[in-house]
Amino acid sequence: MLFAFPWFIGFSLFIAYPLLASIYYSFCSYDVLTPPKWVGLNNFITLFIEDDLFWKSLYNTVYFIAVSLPIGIGIGIAIALLLNLNVKGMPVYRTVFYLPVIIPLVVSSILWIWILNPHYGLINALLDMVGVVGPGWLTDPKWSKPALILMRWWGMGNMILIYLASIQDIPRQLYEAAELDGATFWHKFSNITIPMISPAIFYNLVIGLIISFQYFTEPFIMTNGTPVNSTLFYSLYLYRNSFCYFKMGYASAMAWLLFVLIFACTLFVFKSSAKWVYYRGKLE
Amino acid sequence: MRRIKEASWRKRKKRRRLTHRVISHVFLLMGSILFILPFVWMVSTSLKPDAQIFVFPPIWIPHPVMWENYLRAVNFIPFFTYLKNTLYVCIMNVIGVVISSSLVAYAFSRIKWHGRDVLFIVLLSTLMVPYQVTMIPLFIVFSKIGWVGTFKPLWVRAFFGIPLYIFLLRQFFMGIPVELSAAAKIDGASELDIFAKIILPLSKPALAVVALFSFIRTWHDFLGPLIYLNDEAKYTLSLGLQQFHTEHTTEWALLMATSTCVTIPVIVLFFLAQRTFIEGITLTGVKG
Repeated sequence: MLFAFPWFIGFSLFIAYPLLASIYYSFCSYDVLTPPKWVGLNNFITLFIEDDLFWKSLYNTVYFIAVSLPIGIGIGIAIALLLNLNVKGMPVYRTVFYLPVIIPLVVSSILWIWILNPHYGLINALLDMVGVVGPGWLTDPKWSKPALILMRWWGMGNMILIYLASIQDIPRQLYEAAELDGATFWHKFSNITIPMISPAIFYNLVIGLIISFQYFTEPFIMTNGTPVNSTLFYSLYLYRNSFCYFKMGYASAMAWLLFVLIFACTLFVFKSSAKWVYYRGKLE
Repeated sequence: MRRIKEASWRKRKKRRRLTHRVISHVFLLMGSILFILPFVWMVSTSLKPDAQIFVFPPIWIPHPVMWENYLRAVNFIPFFTYLKNTLYVCIMNVIGVVISSSLVAYAFSRIKWHGRDVLFIVLLSTLMVPYQVTMIPLFIVFSKIGWVGTFKPLWVRAFFGIPLYIFLLRQFFMGIPVELSAAAKIDGASELDIFAKIILPLSKPALAVVALFSFIRTWHDFLGPLIYLNDEAKYTLSLGLQQFHTEHTTEWALLMATSTCVTIPVIVLFFLAQRTFIEGITLTGVKG
């Protein structure tokens, strides 16, 4: 038990204390310089009733998740299926799809600002080759979120890897039996592959939700909320309140709301998983 | 007659397999090109003379190739100071994580004590707490003890066990046969002996995964340095690069050259430790 001692200290100092302190702060007005002043539920009331930017940032975050996650899961499975084929040079292909994950987020953010440049960027150059005039991407409030989503899809190598591992675990006999019964590709895909990898889909969905709610570095570096607050995401607005305006109490209230939101969504996905996730090891 | 039919059927199947193979290669190639193109774009821009950057349609192969951009980039910002700072924080994190997380993981897997399993669930549930919640109180504490502006807030935590790595190591330690510890105990070995002389040497692959993940995580970290470092001489590469971008938004050649320099070490590390990487990801199903 003595061996676990470092974690006890770590837990109380870096988790338990901050958790409690931030509950307390969320009911205070606190600018770091003067001691916290108790204001009751004021922070929450202001957030819900007066703060349009709070709702805007919440909307942006939900939009981002609702578009990027489901389509991302689809693309991820498609790529994992491709990477599971038995063709030459597969290790190279797999590495290529994984590579975007290992480069630092600051680098990929700056790189994508340049890629998305409306006049001289890579994407609009590619679009031009097929005769399409590309949009303004990060400078256009209609296209700024799709631009960030595009970038998010580029960096989903982890998701792909988890699907791939799961696909490789599917017993071959299932496919062989289905083929004897004359199943088409689509039958095999929807009746064998999808149910068999549903635990991986579930895992990626939960992790994706948690990560996306905390989406910060890319919008902070790439747009810092512009144009017209179209990329002001929840965590970015929280960061501004705490480290630009020094409204620590207000930001703590936001942080706790975020925690509750993430927790509720995760719980909902967990509850629903009984209906659509199939575990091979589960006892009937 | 029958034999002929079978032969033609086989031929058809063979041809179908060939077309399948071609189609899959085409898809894989197209996808790979889309995924690799940003990297090509980065390196290509980093080697361009300024006059060839703002051109449409873009020039892919710079002419002449400006290798000196790299020299200019590392002198434009104090690249090597940033590198030194980053390495310092990374190494402190790796040391802390390897020592403390393995110790704690040992307590949670190889020693029985009252309340262990309950506390382990507590440990796992802390994985769910978003950093935004703890960020503010921690910042206030660190600023009160005067650590803001130093590297300490960026590595101190590692010495008190990081839940994710404790979890990962615990899973690995659980797989080591109990008999090994039991035999050592009969010979009079203490728990510390068993930990240092039996468990740790046997866990080198898992320790390598943990060290690698925490190194790369720290190398990538942006928010930590952003909040805690305010003196330019103390910046890490991530923060330094971002500052460079805010101050010189259009210096694309130099920005891309610096970006390439920041990326190369992790890519080299990735290729050297590719097996460790894959092992780690399948060991936890969690990203590093």
